[in-house]
Amino acid sequence: MPNSRIKVPEQAKAGDKVEIRALIMHPMENGFNFDSQGTTIPVHIITDFVCAYDGAEVLRVQLQPGLSANPYFSFYLTATRTGPVNFTWTDQDGTITTNSATLQVT
Amino acid sequence: MKSVGARAVAGLGLCLLIAGSRAAEPVRPQQAQSDYAYLSPALRTLQDDDFANPGMLWVDRGQQLWSEAAGPAGQSCQSCHGAASVSMRAVATRYPAWSPAMGRVINLEQQINRCRVGRLKAAAWDYESEELLALTAYLSRQARGLPVDVRIDGPAGLSFERGRAFFYQRRGQLNLSCASCHEQHAGSHLGAETIPQGQINGFPVYRELWQTMGSTHRMFAWCNEAVRAEPYPPGSQDYVDLELFERWRGGGLLIETPAVRR
Repeated sequence: MPNSRIKVPEQAKAGDKVEIRALIMHPMENGFNFDSQGTTIPVHIITDFVCAYDGAEVLRVQLQPGLSANPYFSFYLTATRTGPVNFTWTDQDGTITTNSATLQVT
Repeated sequence: MKSVGARAVAGLGLCLLIAGSRAAEPVRPQQAQSDYAYLSPALRTLQDDDFANPGMLWVDRGQQLWSEAAGPAGQSCQSCHGAASVSMRAVATRYPAWSPAMGRVINLEQQINRCRVGRLKAAAWDYESEELLALTAYLSRQARGLPVDVRIDGPAGLSFERGRAFFYQRRGQLNLSCASCHEQHAGSHLGAETIPQGQINGFPVYRELWQTMGSTHRMFAWCNEAVRAEPYPPGSQDYVDLELFERWRGGGLLIETPAVRR
């Protein structure tokens, strides 16, 4: 499972817009690169990134080969009540990487 | 006959004196400045952001590896060294350093592998492998903010001199030495890019061009290829010597691993 980093504020007030950040280690090979022997390196990318808060999906991104390596996302969500923020990255071969944090809403 | 001999001896003595004084107190050619100073504002922001800095992915991985059991005895780095934040605080500032056991100067990567093979009885990591880069980055990260402090006297002196000779040696089809760009034209432009001093206080670095982390030796090899010279293999003694000279050349520059470079 690739290494991932997430940042969710530990606490927030109800109604606050909080910044969520997520980063994953991935080569995001675009299929146009060659190795030292001149062989094409096949496409190897993450195809989907999903963030769910308190059971509901809040963000879904479809990634394409043009993105640079180690994709980084930053976005805002509105804190409503205490619950888990789950992150899911899906590789093109179906490998799923997950990470999660709890957002405390006061 | 006698006077010629005496003159020769005196000349030799003078040469030794000069060589001796040089080795004891070499003069740095310029005021050292971290390559950070030559970065675009966007990359500076990225490097300064401890979350978004992609190099931190490798630092995280290194932290896992620090306490991950390896070898038949199921020991990890942590079993002997304890918390890296304490035991490894200033280690990265001292490398490359003379190793009495090896009888040569070795760098941090080689020391990690020596520990792995000698103490943990585990397999050495390949140079430039994700694991070796990660652990090197993690250890160097512990020394962030501390000045580089390598020793170039004593047994390391010969290695240092070889490194210096490498730095000033013209090479490749373009017939350029490291100094031709990084000393004589630092701050000038090459195409749209500003030429940095080529300081290595932020290594291993996350390089935009590579889209991944790279070691000092990968950078040396890349630079050698850029002047159309045959690069040396990573981990070769030529590059370790150059690394020692480069570290010294940076004077007391502060370690800023994991740095972001273009």
